[in-house]
Amino acid sequence: MVLIFAESQKGQFKKTAFEAVSFGYKTARQLGVECAALVLGTAENAADLGKYGASKVLHVADAALDHFDSQVQAAVIGEAARQSGATVVVVSATANGKALLGRLAVRLDAGSVAGVNTVPEGSGSFRVKRPVFSGKAIAEYEVRSDIKVLSLMGNAMPPEAVGNAAPVEAISVPVPAPRVRVKSVKRVEGIVPLPEAEVVVSAGRGMKGPENWGIVEELADVLGATTACSRPVADAHWRPHHEHVGQTGIAIRPNLYIAIGISGAIQHLAGVNSSKVIVVINKDPEAPFFKAADYGVVGDLFEVVPRLTAAVQAFKAGQ
Amino acid sequence: MKLLVCVSKTPDTTARIAFTAGNSEFDSAGVQYIMNPYDEWYALVRALELKEANGGSVTIVNVGPADNDTVIRKGLAIGADDAVRIDTDPKSSMAVAKQIAEFARSENYDIIFLGKETIDYNGAEVGAMIAEYLDLPFISYASKLDVNGSTATVSRDIEGGAEEVEADLPLVVSAAKGMAEQRIPNMRGIMMAKSKPLNVVAPVAFEDKSVAVSYSLPPQKTSVKLVDPENMEELVRLLHEEAKAI
Ligand SMILES: Cc1cc2nc3c(=O)[nH]c(=O)nc-3n(C[C@H](O)[C@H](O)[C@H](O)COP(=O)(O)OP(=O)(O)OC[C@H]3O[C@@H](n4cnc5c(N)ncnc54)[C@H](O)[C@@H]3O)c2cc1C
Repeated sequence: MVLIFAESQKGQFKKTAFEAVSFGYKTARQLGVECAALVLGTAENAADLGKYGASKVLHVADAALDHFDSQVQAAVIGEAARQSGATVVVVSATANGKALLGRLAVRLDAGSVAGVNTVPEGSGSFRVKRPVFSGKAIAEYEVRSDIKVLSLMGNAMPPEAVGNAAPVEAISVPVPAPRVRVKSVKRVEGIVPLPEAEVVVSAGRGMKGPENWGIVEELADVLGATTACSRPVADAHWRPHHEHVGQTGIAIRPNLYIAIGISGAIQHLAGVNSSKVIVVINKDPEAPFFKAADYGVVGDLFEVVPRLTAAVQAFKAGQ
Repeated sequence: MKLLVCVSKTPDTTARIAFTAGNSEFDSAGVQYIMNPYDEWYALVRALELKEANGGSVTIVNVGPADNDTVIRKGLAIGADDAVRIDTDPKSSMAVAKQIAEFARSENYDIIFLGKETIDYNGAEVGAMIAEYLDLPFISYASKLDVNGSTATVSRDIEGGAEEVEADLPLVVSAAKGMAEQRIPNMRGIMMAKSKPLNVVAPVAFEDKSVAVSYSLPPQKTSVKLVDPENMEELVRLLHEEAKAI
């Protein structure tokens, strides 16, 4: 059996949870076993996970699980895995999922692979792939233990609807007292967080100063995109740290990445080169970023970006 | 405070990534190695700041062969008091975590620090594993950490925001940007590092359960399609019709 921990936030599932269930379903089919989702704490619409292939949803309803403590959640997921006889446990490679993976591996005496982006191969040994060296290479892992734990990289495989609502089964698992006390959770409302964003508009030192970011935000607005920046921009406090992408920032893989006034240093590329489509706007035709781009515009960003915004607006109006 | 900082050795960010032995091993020929930036810039520096404020000691631990001593000495030059190298060449995150946990088990550290991930394998697993082996709380992606008495207050990065949490020591913390500012070792630090203790200890037995067996390079982009900067309607058309990205 493949057990998928479907992460929820304030009772709601995010795309990463559907991706994980979809991945778990495909893995289970490959191995010829069942696949169940596991939901912790408050969760509405748990039955919906059936749409992505879970044949049932196991639910530990204890509201204490609404707060994240990796130790508590790993104990509960580990016990649910044991009860259900899971041989593969899947989590999402989110901030919380990453804190769970290593714990589950130790707890279940299992081999783990973090941030996989392929379904395990057919027969014989159990092999999965994941990007390494900040996206500069791909490694194939062999997991040799009886139980395997995997985290699925976000935006790697779109969730696929394959079924209908699944039965939800309450299960009873002891919930240890948390040792990490969550005091507050702050999330920027109304913005898709960078690791989950499908369109990202990113800008660098070519912007000259923070006062010029209006044109970047306008373009992001019309595209429904999340904004990002290069490291020197965050270091100079032109933009908040959480926008810094690259090898020492956030690694992203949106469908569309638009880089404005960013030279394309190797450390920047490392965090963004898995984006499906890359557009580069730079006045220097020799900028290294053009070598990693699908589409390039050689020109002054202060002219090109407003023009692009207007063109997107006109296109959206005509749709 | 008794603090332990786990440091790892990674290829420099500009290193050419290539493989050898039939694509089964990383090709280290000509590669410059550095201390993993998250370990150096954030975990180590925050540990040093806590020691400066509260007294105590900062020990560095690395799991690896003698080649790693250069990176360990750099950590001593930045200010750690002593270092331990567990003498084995680990092949998985769990191998690293198991060695560190077994070493730390009897040492009673108040905080075990590490960087949020390494820039080579990017797994972010070691901290969670150490915490599980030692039955300790683990707070990952910490961008701010203060200690008051025996309680740590931590700001933890999550998707699109931050969580404020509290936990009693001892605990394991992985450090992200914001935690501290990089320190460049000075001449005095470099000189002093030469005489600080670097103890080599024997590893415990461990069998890997998950190993990388082969590597490949991602497909290269074909050549870039240049669009006239006067004609952004054309770019939008291409993004819609050809790339299907909008
Ligand atoms: C260990 C290490 C880790 C690092 N990690 C990261 C990381 O995670 N992320 C990251 O981004 N960087 C990282 N860096 C830094 C990286 O090496 C580069 O310095 C950085 O990415 C450059 O940022 P930039 O492209 O914004 O600025 P620059 O390199 O200064 O590029 C600015 C670009 O803007 C263009 N430009 C200027 N004016 C205009 C205009 N009017 N119109 C159009 N184009 C214009 C220029 O032609 C130039 O190409 C790291 C470096 C090190 C050593």
